[in-house]
Order: sequence, then C-alpha cells, then structure tokens
Amino acid sequence: MNAPDNKLKKVAYYPGCALEGTGHAYNRSTKALGSALGLELEEVKNWNCCGAMEVKNIDPKIQTYLSSRVLNIAANEMKHDVVMAPCNGCYHNLKKAEYDLAHDQGSRDVVAKLSGKAGHQTYEPGKIETIHALDWIKRAVGEEGLKQRVAKSLSGLKVANYYGCMYTRPRHIFPEKDQGAGSESTSKPHFMDDLLAAAGAENVDFALKTACCGGAHTLSDSDTSTKLVVNIIRAAEAAGADVIATECPTCHSGLEMHQIRAEKNFGVKTKAKVVYFTQLLGLALGLSARKVGLHENVSDSLGFLKARGLG
Amino acid sequence: MPIHEKSLIRPENIKSHEHKVVDGIDVSGHWSTFIESRVVTDYNEELQDEIAALPGGENIHRCWQCGSCTNACTVNAINPDFNPRFWIYLIRMGMESELLRDKDIIWQCVSCNKCTYACPRDVAPEGVMKATAHWLELKGHTKPSPSTAFDEVFSHQVIETGKIEEGRVIRGFFARTAQPLNQPWLVEMVKRMVRHLPIGLLTRMGLSALVAPRTSDWSRARDAIKEYVAEQEAHHRAALSLDAPRAAAE
Repeated sequence: MNAPDNKLKKVAYYPGCALEGTGHAYNRSTKALGSALGLELEEVKNWNCCGAMEVKNIDPKIQTYLSSRVLNIAANEMKHDVVMAPCNGCYHNLKKAEYDLAHDQGSRDVVAKLSGKAGHQTYEPGKIETIHALDWIKRAVGEEGLKQRVAKSLSGLKVANYYGCMYTRPRHIFPEKDQGAGSESTSKPHFMDDLLAAAGAENVDFALKTACCGGAHTLSDSDTSTKLVVNIIRAAEAAGADVIATECPTCHSGLEMHQIRAEKNFGVKTKAKVVYFTQLLGLALGLSARKVGLHENVSDSLGFLKARGLG
Repeated sequence: MPIHEKSLIRPENIKSHEHKVVDGIDVSGHWSTFIESRVVTDYNEELQDEIAALPGGENIHRCWQCGSCTNACTVNAINPDFNPRFWIYLIRMGMESELLRDKDIIWQCVSCNKCTYACPRDVAPEGVMKATAHWLELKGHTKPSPSTAFDEVFSHQVIETGKIEEGRVIRGFFARTAQPLNQPWLVEMVKRMVRHLPIGLLTRMGLSALVAPRTSDWSRARDAIKEYVAEQEAHHRAALSLDAPRAAAE
C-alpha cells in the first residue's frame, strides 16, 4: 500500500453540470468527505460543460476543446498540478482530451484555433493530471488512513460496487491503469471496493461492475436503458447486495430512474438501494445523513442505513 | 475461423417443400431445402470512404472481422440483430442495400465502449456506429433518431451557454420528440426526489430551472464553436456529395 500522497491535499475540483443538478448529493458528500479528511478542494473558476456524452456526436473535437478549456483554467490560471472530477463523464472527457492533444495533431490544431478565437491560452498536454474522486481518496488518504478514521464501521453492509463504462473504457486514455500492483484495473476495477472494505463494508462478488446502464440513451431509448438497469440491479441482488455503491452521477441517477421506470412500466420490482460511495464513506467517518445528502437521493436508503446505526 | 453469430442467408430465401419430386427423385422435406440464389449488383463503392469521412468512422478500413466488437456489445446481448461486425463488413463491401435493412436500429449504440476496448485493430467501432447513424440521417435514409434529437438539444445548450441545466434539457427533449412530461414513472421519480428535500435546495433547483446556469465571458467561445460546427457540416456534406444544408437544428 502506498503512503498518502501529499500533493493531493489541495486539488482543483471540477464538479461538472450533473453535480449541480440530479447529482447534487454526490457534490455535497464529496465536499463533506474531503473536509472530514482534511483535504481541500478549490473549484475550477468559471468552468464549462466537458461535452458529456452528447457533444462528441455533433463533433468530437468540440468536446476536446470544451474539456481543454477546463484543463487550461485549472492548470494555467489557477496553477494546479491535479484536477479532480467525481463524475465519470467529466473524468473520461478530460482524460480523453489529454490523450487526443498528446497524440493527434488535428485535435491540437482545432483546440488552438478555438482557444485563440475564444481569447484564452491554449492548453498544452501534460500540464495537469486528471484524477477521479476514487483516485483522490485512495491516494490522498489510502485504506490505512481511512481505517484509522472510521467512527461507525459499515460492517454487515453488503455492497455491490458499480463503476459503469466511462471510468475504465477505452483503455488507451487511462495509461496509469493496468500497471500492476496498486494500480486500478480496467477489466476488474477495485478502488471503490478497497475503500469501502477499509470502512468495514462487505463487498459482494458482483460480475457487472463495468456493465453499461444505458446512460447515453436514458431518455432517447428508455426501454433499452430499463432492461440494462434491471440486469444490473438483479445481478447485485442475486450476489446478496443490499446496497449498490456508485461513483458516477449518470450511473447513479440512471439506476434510480430506471428502477422506478421498471416498476411503473413493467411491474418489475427491485429492492437494492443506490448510494454514492462518498456518502457511505462519509457515514463511516461519523457524518450525519443530512451532511452527506442521503435525503437528496431518489432511492430511499435513509431508514435502512439509520437502522444500522449509520447517519 | 468462421464467425457463426450471423448468417448471411436471409430466412425468406431458404426454400423447402413438403412434397417435391425432381427428375423422378423424391426430395420431399429436408432434402428439398434450397437457398434461393441472388446476385448483388448495386454495390456502393464509395460507402467505406463516406463513413470514414464522418467523425468516428476514420479507422473502419482496419477491421479484419474478428467479431470481438459484436461479442462484447451491450446492445447485441439484448438484440442479436444489433451487430457491429456485420455492419462494418457490409460497409467495407459496399453493400448499402443490405445495410439499410438495419437502418432503424443502428442509432441504438449506447456508447459503452466495450467494442472499442475489445478491438485488437483500433477500429473504434463505437465511433463507426455513430458515423453510420450520422450517415443514414445525412443521406435521408432515416429521420433524425431520438438520440440525435437529444444530442442536438443538449449540445445546443452547451454551445449557447457553456453549461447545461438538466431540467431544461429534459423539457427540451420531450418537446422536440412530442412526448408528454407527465409519464407515470417521471412523476413518481420527481415525487420521490422532493420527498426529503429541504426548502433551500428546492428553491435553488427552482431558480436554476428559471435562470439557466451559464459560463460567464462565453460569447467568443460560443461564436468560435458555431463557426467550426458549420464548417464541419459543410465538409461532411461535401464528402457525401450532398448539396443543400440540412434544416438547422432548433
């Protein structure tokens, strides 16, 4: 296990659009968890949307530009070495922009042209490191550090860790993954499992960690998304999970929304609670349910977690 | 190695007869199964180049038909007709009319990137699916899909203001696709969403629905992006030998 990385005591924070809307509980719990752990987050000033899943379908290079503008502010205007994005979509797009700018002249040209016209500095690849909220806690605090701070163990809580698509795919934009011991795996990610286990949770053997929830078509092809989500929730329940831990606002709200849609439109009822990993870790550190935004989740886990002495 | 996940023989072209005698020999039942012969003459030799000219399609020429994409595909698992390997094959062969048989499902790619993860040749099949869906719409073979409507509503907001507000995107998408907002599951979700919410947060959400969040000092970026989008659209239409611009997105 690596020693805590002091470089991560203060990082730039890119919440993204979802964390100001349906993912607000993730925003709240990420900030609460950071301050409980003595980690400082400085929000990227006047940020813009990274392009999400949609802008690339209009043109992929606009997405690269949008993400590069965020990287430029964090790196060149705010002088940060690290930017942390809790949303898988944001994290993925910043990583992809970094990769494309380092490897593709066409992307560099478009970003330089658009940055010039927009009146700001062009982001040069390699200026800043993009990390996910999982990397942040794992590297800044680590399992040992977490264990020492646990006030209310998650013991007895059966959790399926769900990572979704954008955290690990495609492989080439995550050069630091699959690098042996201590690094994250793209085929079987485990950072969330590691952190929740350190907080006492019992992680179930869940085969659909990186399955797709159909988030990109959650409204445009809802029946497909509902089928995919029902598969995921049923697999988690079959593995014995009471709770599905998430680390992406789109996955999280997709699971919540299609759990309801499956019930209303198809009469398919499932029970698993959907909770952000930052909420679970916050509860383990002794933070209140309100402090980690449990009441903001659509999936109601308040009573269930309270009955276990959490929150 | 042969790939067995998709037969090139259409079911309607398989003919068998319960009672059939050919040249005095009884070939009834199983013995009389024949495949109706057909000759493909309407190749579109430009098809691969046209797909490769659209964003995402650039690497299609690298495919060697291993089938890893289809094997990994999320959508194929729930609909066997959704078959990226087969479509890439048809495009590379120039078999446009065969491709058009599946024109109404190609847009359903969920962009999970499992194919791109599995592909040993860096074809980026997810991109090829998007390019193909885009091609079908540009050529007028299909109407803009619900996915395109969503992408356009979403991107329009990003380009105009720098940010999105989810409520606005959802309302815009439902209006664009003429769906009512009062769907039982959506009503139930909103009910559950506000159940425990404190007044402060509700007010904040209400405000952001009225006054869209925006990135300040955004107008120059907005104009630069719009200009670039228009340029690219012209390039794409030229690559597909199309003239008049498509009706502007709302």
